[in-house]
Amino acid sequence: MSGSLLLTGGRVIDPSSGLDEVRDVLVRDGRVEAVEQGVAGPEGIPRIEAEGLVVAPGLIDVHVHLREPGAEHKETIRTGAQSAAAGGFTTIWAMPNTDPPLDDPAAVGFVREEARRWARKGEGGARVSPVAAASLGLAGEQMTEIGGLVEAGAVAVTDDGHPIHDPALMRRLLEYTQSFGIPVLQHAEDMALSAGGVMNESAVATALGLRGIPNASEATVVARDIYLAELTGGHVHVQHVSTREAVELIRVARERGVRVSGEASPHHMALTEEAVRGYRTEAKMNPPLRSAADRLAVRQGLIDGVLECVATDHAPHHYEEKEREFDDAPFGIVGLETALAVCIGELVKPGDLPLFDLVERMSTAPARLMGIEGGTLRPGSRADLVLFDPDEEWTVDPASFRSKSRNTPFGGWEVTGRVKRTIVGGETRYRDESAGPD
Amino acid sequence: MTAQGRESGFGKDLIGLEALTGDQIEAILDTAEPFKEISERKIKKVPVLRGQTIVNLFLEPSTRTRISFEFAEKRLSADTVNISSAGSSVQKGETLVDTARNLEAMRIHMVVVRHGSSGAAKFLADRIPSNVINAGDGQHEHPTQALLDLLTIRDRFGAIAGRRVCIVGDILHSRVARSNIWGLLKCGADVAVCGPRTLIPAGIEELGVQRLDSIEEAIEWCDVLYVLRLQLERMEGGYVPSLREYNRVFGVSSERLGRAGDEMIVLHPGPMNRGVEIDSDVADGPRSVILPQVTNGVAVRMAVLYLLAGGRPELAEDAKAAAR
Repeated sequence: MSGSLLLTGGRVIDPSSGLDEVRDVLVRDGRVEAVEQGVAGPEGIPRIEAEGLVVAPGLIDVHVHLREPGAEHKETIRTGAQSAAAGGFTTIWAMPNTDPPLDDPAAVGFVREEARRWARKGEGGARVSPVAAASLGLAGEQMTEIGGLVEAGAVAVTDDGHPIHDPALMRRLLEYTQSFGIPVLQHAEDMALSAGGVMNESAVATALGLRGIPNASEATVVARDIYLAELTGGHVHVQHVSTREAVELIRVARERGVRVSGEASPHHMALTEEAVRGYRTEAKMNPPLRSAADRLAVRQGLIDGVLECVATDHAPHHYEEKEREFDDAPFGIVGLETALAVCIGELVKPGDLPLFDLVERMSTAPARLMGIEGGTLRPGSRADLVLFDPDEEWTVDPASFRSKSRNTPFGGWEVTGRVKRTIVGGETRYRDESAGPD
Repeated sequence: MTAQGRESGFGKDLIGLEALTGDQIEAILDTAEPFKEISERKIKKVPVLRGQTIVNLFLEPSTRTRISFEFAEKRLSADTVNISSAGSSVQKGETLVDTARNLEAMRIHMVVVRHGSSGAAKFLADRIPSNVINAGDGQHEHPTQALLDLLTIRDRFGAIAGRRVCIVGDILHSRVARSNIWGLLKCGADVAVCGPRTLIPAGIEELGVQRLDSIEEAIEWCDVLYVLRLQLERMEGGYVPSLREYNRVFGVSSERLGRAGDEMIVLHPGPMNRGVEIDSDVADGPRSVILPQVTNGVAVRMAVLYLLAGGRPELAEDAKAAAR
């Protein structure tokens, strides 16, 4: 019986229904059928012992770079989706800054179909939803054919990596996207203010002789976009919020009802600019790791719900590209396979955020925020689930990643919380092999 | 002694002064003292580094630093090879890591590296067992420049501790400023910086220096005025409106030096823009120690080469004497 199974004795955390209790979960034909105690289940259905594990809605990451088409030496749709499944994600959003970019329906359709093709061949991972370019060629000038892109499967638009600078274009995007009920995702950065910058602007950058990116390069764009969202009624989602100023701007704007949301990345919550010392290119990303005060503000933003969700900004790069002078190394780190454990270690273990809330921020919240399926175990919903051991300690070994790339600042970290199984539509797409045979 | 992974008491490499202690810096300056005299001899050569191979890897244009290193190496009898980016494999797209591996495969003892990116010297040092000497990496450090500056200040005042040094100009883009800040602070000087706010980097006070906004105030305050070169491209970058304006507000003129203390001296790392950051009557005037800086550059670099090759400061006098 494909797409059917019974998970027994797990701690079921379903933020969508406020549930946090030991239950059995019956999945039939790819859908959740029952979440109850002592479910017998039909004959012949596979049973999976989940005692000691958390059973939760599959994680959702709305910010992932899959590099295909164009940079398949860094990552492909297949390896990226598998990497996501290994990290407990059942849905990921693929950014459009590929080569060519996802600015026409054929390119968007390719990404969606490629993921489905590998899934049919038994090599699938998380579901892949393409995010389309907001402007043609990501050039920030002419709006893409958003209607056609949505028809082809796009779930949002963004020029991620190429911040939308022109305020008139941003305004039109926030107006036009409302016809389709999709958000505009913005990499908030004023490129003129950050020109040439490779890390946070601060005394650390001064000592290292590296050019800085000031907090204001993010905050000024967030402030502008908030006013444009207020003007238009559109939904602007601020990607990878890194500064205390941006968190505060979003907090105040949300209080007065502006449709602005934000995401927090595990690395901005776990690390500061100090990680760059020694010219460590695996700590080079954009927006950069910031000061201790910024790190605390982003954490607090997620804890308070001002930043509604966690997103990794998974950005694979080949090791040769990172093995060079700091100025010349590309921005970005991989994050899918470490996100859950890093967040448990940073937020749950110190007692700052209950595990229930972390699951919410990583599944239910992004689904609700973006208006997509998932993030729930309610009967009838799609059986996208993750099983993880919240207490298992392990050491991050980049060589074991499913991702094609290894560029992580968390290599060698002792972390807590390990994904044991990821189920997409009732089908197991990842299983921790150290758990022994099925 | 082998070339492979050897270490002096100063570590394998000289990447920057941030990593050294005040005692280590003073010991390098002490070591430079006996080497000064070699350059005054008729035959300017001692066999201290005989049989040692040194590559001068200059991936960014340089005249005086490269020549100063070359003289230092030759006067210590090392065998040297010069590589510059123009016409080299680097220009053909070779990565720094491959350049490093190739150099290593040729079994060299030391690399003196100049590179346009901050951290490049450390990058190289982390990947090869040879001694690496940083001859300037991006906007990070230029340790031998600061050492020769420190030696020049010590020559004049007898000690660095307690002296007030103000660095004037483009601190933001200056590796010379950074190395001097570390070196001066570690040797006990009081350090200030002065320049247009557009060229003062973020968080400079957190490094332990004070900021002075006017050149007049700086001149009155300091024992040593360290004038940095204003690179002409800073104007295009919008950091200063014009060279004329810069000279008007921050230029060091003999008129402004009227406010200085009797003993105050003026340093400049070169090459100078006469009439921009410094007027000719100052550069060539009685307070200028700009040429003694250049002379000291060779001695300091001899000392660094000698120490990294395993020489000991207290034996420098013997090493020199044995050559006679």
